[in-house]
Amino acid sequence: MTEAMHQVLVIEDEPSIRKVLKVLLEAERFRVIEADTALRAEIEARSHKPDLLLIDLGLPDSDGLTVIRRLRAWSPVPIVVLSARTMEDQKIAALDAGADDYVTKPFSAPELLARVRAALRRNVRSTEQTSALKLGDVRLDLDRREARGSAGEIHLTPLEYRVIECLARHLGSIVMQRQLIGEVWGPERLDDSRSLRVCIKNLREKLERDPQKPRYLLTETGLGYRLRSDEEP
Amino acid sequence: MSAPAETRPDPDQLLAHVQAEEARATRGRLRIFFGSSAGVGKTYSMLEAARAAKASGADVVIGYLEPHGRAETERLAEGLEHLPTLSVAYRGIVRQEFNLDAALARRPATLLVDELAHSNLTGGDPAPRHPKRWQDVEELLAAGVNVWTTVNVQHLESLNDLIYQTTGVRQRETLPDKVFDEADDIELIDLPPDDLIARLHAGKVYIADEVATAVERFFRKQNLMALREIALRRVAERVEAASRALSPERARARIAGDRILVAVGPDAQAEQLVRAGKRMADALDAQWTVVYVETLRLLRLSDADRNRRIAVLRLAESLGAETVTLDGPSAATALLEYVQTRRATRVMVGAPKRRGWRAWLRPSTATQLLHQARGFDVMIVAPAEPGTQRRTDSADAARGATYQTGTPRDRYGWAVGVSVACTLLTLVMYPHFELSNLAMVYLLGVTVAGLRLGRGPSALTAVLNVASFDFFCVPPRFTFAVSDAQYIVTFGAMLTIALVIATLTANVRQQTRVAGARERRTAALYAMSRELSVTRGIGSIALVAVRHVAEVFQCKGVVLLPDASGKLQYPRGEAPESALRRADLAVAQWVVDHGRRAGLGSDTLPAAPALYVPLGDERRAVGVLAVLPTNPRRVLLPEQSHLLDTFAGQIGLALERAHLAEVAEASTLAVERESLRNTLLASISHDLRTPLAVMAGAASTLAERGATLPEGSKSELARSIEVKAREMSDLVSNVLDLMRFQSGQVRLRRDWQPLEDLVGAGLEQLRERLREHPVEVRLSPDLPPVHVDAGLVVQLFGNLLDNIAKYTPAGTRAWISATRDGDTVRVLVEDEGPGFPPGEPSKLFEKFQRGSEEGAVVGAGLGLAICRAIVRAHGGEIQARRRAGRGARFEFTLPTKEPGA
Repeated sequence: MTEAMHQVLVIEDEPSIRKVLKVLLEAERFRVIEADTALRAEIEARSHKPDLLLIDLGLPDSDGLTVIRRLRAWSPVPIVVLSARTMEDQKIAALDAGADDYVTKPFSAPELLARVRAALRRNVRSTEQTSALKLGDVRLDLDRREARGSAGEIHLTPLEYRVIECLARHLGSIVMQRQLIGEVWGPERLDDSRSLRVCIKNLREKLERDPQKPRYLLTETGLGYRLRSDEEP
Repeated sequence: MSAPAETRPDPDQLLAHVQAEEARATRGRLRIFFGSSAGVGKTYSMLEAARAAKASGADVVIGYLEPHGRAETERLAEGLEHLPTLSVAYRGIVRQEFNLDAALARRPATLLVDELAHSNLTGGDPAPRHPKRWQDVEELLAAGVNVWTTVNVQHLESLNDLIYQTTGVRQRETLPDKVFDEADDIELIDLPPDDLIARLHAGKVYIADEVATAVERFFRKQNLMALREIALRRVAERVEAASRALSPERARARIAGDRILVAVGPDAQAEQLVRAGKRMADALDAQWTVVYVETLRLLRLSDADRNRRIAVLRLAESLGAETVTLDGPSAATALLEYVQTRRATRVMVGAPKRRGWRAWLRPSTATQLLHQARGFDVMIVAPAEPGTQRRTDSADAARGATYQTGTPRDRYGWAVGVSVACTLLTLVMYPHFELSNLAMVYLLGVTVAGLRLGRGPSALTAVLNVASFDFFCVPPRFTFAVSDAQYIVTFGAMLTIALVIATLTANVRQQTRVAGARERRTAALYAMSRELSVTRGIGSIALVAVRHVAEVFQCKGVVLLPDASGKLQYPRGEAPESALRRADLAVAQWVVDHGRRAGLGSDTLPAAPALYVPLGDERRAVGVLAVLPTNPRRVLLPEQSHLLDTFAGQIGLALERAHLAEVAEASTLAVERESLRNTLLASISHDLRTPLAVMAGAASTLAERGATLPEGSKSELARSIEVKAREMSDLVSNVLDLMRFQSGQVRLRRDWQPLEDLVGAGLEQLRERLREHPVEVRLSPDLPPVHVDAGLVVQLFGNLLDNIAKYTPAGTRAWISATRDGDTVRVLVEDEGPGFPPGEPSKLFEKFQRGSEEGAVVGAGLGLAICRAIVRAHGGEIQARRRAGRGARFEFTLPTKEPGA
């Protein structure tokens, strides 16, 4: 089964955290490669071609951001960032530099695993094309553009479908606000977050049981949005 | 001490003596090579001594040598270090001058500076710091540099007259005797006149700028002999004084000894009095004080008299006297009072100037002192030259004209007019009234003139009236012949009445005017003191002070204060008048360092446009007041100058007080910060230790007994480790956040955000912990998006919800609601919990306050402090109230407009 196991490169200078991550990921049947410096990380990434990178932004020899930028120059491999809560700016910079998602330290095991799986799935999805979503009582078929809740059919506008599609493509992962606007409204409207906010609000009215406490269409404040489905833990 | 009580030393004097000794210890020593004339070899001897000192390893540097171009002198100067001279442009030519700043920077042990009496080029560029070289030397001595210099006897101030009389050459460059007397060493360079003349003929004597004939007149043998005698005598006096000072009994006698008071007036005898005082003080080896009393006559003085008075006081200071200006109704009263407080033993006054009946009517100061002297001697100095008397009288007459309104010519016109009016009236009355009644009309006219017109015009009225009375009324009419001698009495009475009334009126007016001026000064000072006393903060005090000074002295002003390192700075924030931009910080720095005035009209840089006055006492000036008067007289007149000093003193006190208040406040803050740190440490150590104990316990149990524990217990232990770790993590984040807020490091990343997103994100963060606490969200549908830093506001909701999770029992409800309120959204977070502890709920927002006693709940009481910091950073306010019924209620606002929009 070894070839079916996903390889995760853990880039973290703190040995105890590296150890916890290794135990956790291996228990979930990932193969773990470790790196404690930026230099080491690049060597390991080139030689092992991992399926996913889990990277801490504070590294002894270089900035985690630099690692992400250099890696993105040649590889589309999913990258998940580990960041502290007090370092908002770094988090945004990392996402802008090409990271796919982030996990705030201290992380909980289920959260970390969910993010890792979502990031891996995004890589696979482009070929897999599963287009049916289940959000609580609501079932969404993105191919046929149909939505059905407990009270019957739900009508979504074409714009709303495009937003949901974009989020569903990154199911479980964060989608930056600018990226979402760029894909749905076009690059010339990048600074217009108002239409997006209205659209998300309407989507929540239609899809969420309690729109003021959304369970599926989540806001990542200051960053963007994340769609969660019931399929994952 | 067996000394009787009367001779006990004055404590002030003792203190001054001790201070002088102390000052001397750190001061450089002044050594003067003293000669009777140019050419005796002072510079040569000085250089010889310098070479000898250099050979024995001393740090001797030449600061300045007169460029005489004498080969032997120049040879001697070779091999000694020369300081660079300063090129000064003066009237189109460049001269080499002594470079004081270079000397202060080099700071040698001993510095040679030729020609102590030299005057610096005050009009030169760059302008010298002091007008005289001896003042440069004073500064060097104060800086601890030993100075060697040369002086010729004819330059000594007190000998100036004498040498003029002897040689017929007036020396313009003079040196105050004080400098000479206080020199540590005097070395007399003596050369017999014949040898000197021989050297002169051999061309070995450099003649400065004097014209050749003057030189020949000067270098006559009898002149040289006289000068030599004067020089020898002057040095002998010094040697005797030094030996007296060395004997302790004499020293005590000096401290307890004579104190001479020289009272000077505005007349021409003042200078003579001062010089006489100097001679007497030297002879008696006594302290001496020159006193000037400002009486009512002060404001009547002409400019020339005022200037003379300043010059006299300067002269006195330069001769070593202390000078004092007193206020008083009469000179005698003020002097008597002062004599008693200072326990003077002798008082010197000028001889009475009034003679005959005038002296009897208004006794002079000398006479009054003689009558009232108790316990001191009065010495009367006769005027040196005749003619003094006349001058003062004419000055008096001129003065009479200055205090009336209108020009003198107008008033004399009025005087004639009054006479004409009287005459017309008497002509009408003549047929019906007796002569004595007609005389009354004329008398009335004289009275009116006396009241209104001043002395001269009223005297004119008197004369005209008497003449008219004689001409028109006294038979035989229309002639000046007088048939009856009794009318002479009428004339006399009329003239006397006119003069007496005019004089009295003038005096009353003058008194009112002086009192008014004094009153205004007092009022101005009082107004400033009162405003300063209620002003807080050094910056505001400086502004208030400048405003008052500007009003009273009609000038532009600025207060320059030192920064932490003691360097003066322009006030920040306020744009000073462009003219004061020129206020020279270097000059101001000098003023604050030396505690003495500089600039306009003072001893230092007198040509500067602005005057710099130190604020505070001499030992420690707290700042400098720079004033740029629109009319220099407003500041330089003695009484104004005195007032400016008083102002400066008051401002200094206020600044000192503000400074002390700031220091006290800073130390209070430091104490508070310290106690805060202690609370923080105590709080954190408790809140960290508890979870650490749980984690260590649970983890070790798992490690040791993991194999044997049931699955349920294992996951329970692991869960408790996770929970405690999260609590600790939150705590550390909170502390970090608060520190970032306090240090001002938080930069808001504002953006438009729908409030429901922010509330939702907050709820999502706390989802696990709020499982037992249903939170109902009620946002009004018309809410506009808020313009906030999303991360911080989510944290704000998180902290408030976290409190609900911590402090309210499971199962109780909570509500988040929001309504629009003008340009803000008003948010309410309410719960049904136990509410607040007794006391003021707003206290909870202070750091390390918590709803319940320490123990059960972790949190260190930082959550609400952070909430308040976040709300305030967005320009809002957060309040805690008890909820109607039960529970707590937090209310805050978030902006819906961009700041500044």
